[in-house]
Amino acid sequence: MVENFKKSIVISLWFVFLTFPLMVVRVNTMDQVVVWRWMNILWVALASFVLSYIWRYMLERQQVRKKVADEGAEARSKVALLLEDMTFRYRAMGVLLVAALVFPLVFDTYQSTIMISALIYVVLGLGLNISVGLAGLLDLGYVAFFGVGAYTYALLNHHFGLGFWTILPIGGVFSCLFGVILGFPILRLRGDYLAIVTLGFGMIFKVIMENWDSLSFGPSGIAGIDKPSLFGIDLGIEGSTIYIYYIMIALVIFTILVTNRLKNSRIGRAWIAMREDEIACVAMGIDIARTKLSAYALGAFWAGMVGVLFASKTTFINPASFTFMESAIILSIVVLGGMGSILGVILGAFILILLPEYLRAFSEYRMLAFGAAMVIMMIFRPQGIISNLRQTYEYKSSKEKTNNG
Amino acid sequence: MAENKHKLLEVKGLTMDFGGLRAVDSVTLEVHEGEIAALIGPNGAGKTTFFNCITGIYNPTKGDILLHPKGLKTRRLNGLKPNKVTEMGLARTFQNIRLFPDMTVLENVMIGRHCRTSAGIFRAIVRGKKVNQEENDIVESSYNLLEKVGLADSANEFSKNLPYGAQRRLEIARAMATDPFLLLLDEPAAGMNPHETSELEGLICKISQEDRIAILLIEHDMKLVMNISNPIYVMEYGKKIAEGSPQQIKDNPKVIEAYLGEEADA
Repeated sequence: MVENFKKSIVISLWFVFLTFPLMVVRVNTMDQVVVWRWMNILWVALASFVLSYIWRYMLERQQVRKKVADEGAEARSKVALLLEDMTFRYRAMGVLLVAALVFPLVFDTYQSTIMISALIYVVLGLGLNISVGLAGLLDLGYVAFFGVGAYTYALLNHHFGLGFWTILPIGGVFSCLFGVILGFPILRLRGDYLAIVTLGFGMIFKVIMENWDSLSFGPSGIAGIDKPSLFGIDLGIEGSTIYIYYIMIALVIFTILVTNRLKNSRIGRAWIAMREDEIACVAMGIDIARTKLSAYALGAFWAGMVGVLFASKTTFINPASFTFMESAIILSIVVLGGMGSILGVILGAFILILLPEYLRAFSEYRMLAFGAAMVIMMIFRPQGIISNLRQTYEYKSSKEKTNNG
Repeated sequence: MAENKHKLLEVKGLTMDFGGLRAVDSVTLEVHEGEIAALIGPNGAGKTTFFNCITGIYNPTKGDILLHPKGLKTRRLNGLKPNKVTEMGLARTFQNIRLFPDMTVLENVMIGRHCRTSAGIFRAIVRGKKVNQEENDIVESSYNLLEKVGLADSANEFSKNLPYGAQRRLEIARAMATDPFLLLLDEPAAGMNPHETSELEGLICKISQEDRIAILLIEHDMKLVMNISNPIYVMEYGKKIAEGSPQQIKDNPKVIEAYLGEEADA
């Protein structure tokens, strides 16, 4: 305590010294006088002292927690214990589902639109979570798959007038195929190299879409894409927003169900094993090439589906929607939420997409806050908001079984 | 005695070059059914490289690796991928432990069952009756293996939290989960204390007798090797310099020279 106090004082003095010329001295060149703003010293000193003290306190707490964990004691937080309680889980899911269903009826179209884009990122995050979180394949060009889905719908709709529901699965499958095709060259790559190549893929997609005018109409994009139809009824703007919202909720639930099943299946285990140790994994009889391709393709599948929905929601797409920044945000969602954890990714998507929307007043500071939040996250919770829980299994010992039988 | 037993693994003139370096130089070796064979030699003799060639991690420069599974036709392992080799019934452990640290102990063993099960992506999503049955079988057989190596109590712990000796035993359990008929153990006793080593000795004998799995092990612990293995193969500088029963190996002047150096007046 006292130690921290002293150190924080030293730090605040140091900051006062460093910021002295900036914060205190101001030369007014018009009147040729120097203004001394002594009050500023006080603010700098106070602010740096408080921040530094909190920082130290948090670090200390983390150390203590780590020590407890090392001693083998149950270091599970209350949140983790709650999450393991099945009845609580089902109740929470029920409440959330009801809240999600009544949301567009309570709030206006603007809120629903924001929520739709958050849900789009939830699905994107869950998709990327398959390749990054589970299989450990760092993908910096994920947005390309999103783009493939969106362009599939936009082009097929523009040229052949095909409807949303026809294209939804086609977009997913098309994106999946794209994933497999791109997957082949990266089979032998790992870690940094893989990241660079996928980054390249993302860039290539955008450049092609910008320049292949005859196919994609270039930077001017494709406009007038049909919104999803409900048995041919015209829903109007408000109606179709609500309709898309419900489609999106269904898509999110579908994604959660599928990824959750995959995570604790034979394939999911193979993905995680590959992430942990590729050589041991192959020595256990797992075909690395197939496992990698399946992870890559399945991750791409969700991006393709949600891309179709994105195109139908905005009714206009151009290559500017598929920049590297989007890939970076999706990746941040996965990392911030907790790699491999479904609940974590959902939370991450809501935080990263909704907060900037609702804090538009402070939008100038958005990137600053974003960066600071990331740094603080990585120091205090490198495993993400919700760390990945592994499934535990119940079993009878063989002795009991012989007794029973 | 060895002649009337079924020959499982036959390695003929295996050579592995890394650029100009000959790490393994025409080594010939055989493992028969029910045997616990050992491969010993000073550090850097090429033992682990030899293992890596057999298990498909390296593609050998020359020579033949033939697998004779009982009741099936002979397969040549050269150039096969490691996962194919494992599917053929040849499992291994690693010298420097290679577990999956962020998976539970049970899941580590369940990974071993991968190549003996078949549920694909779509069946995993639909999760029908058959897949559920398969999952239950995987859990059950993996759990039984954990009981065998004495790790059943920590089944749901992360494998990275296990003590060293337990991690080694978990590697053996994981390898056994692939249903091998020949198990390659790369220095299973490295870093173990004498008590753990004697436990391991019991475990290896148990695997050999109860599960009828032949074993080929690399080991530096001479007491362990001499106690349980026969025959013993000795390598030095990539070459096989001796083979035989423990007694023959102990008396072999070449082996003594390799381990203790040449006598000054010889």
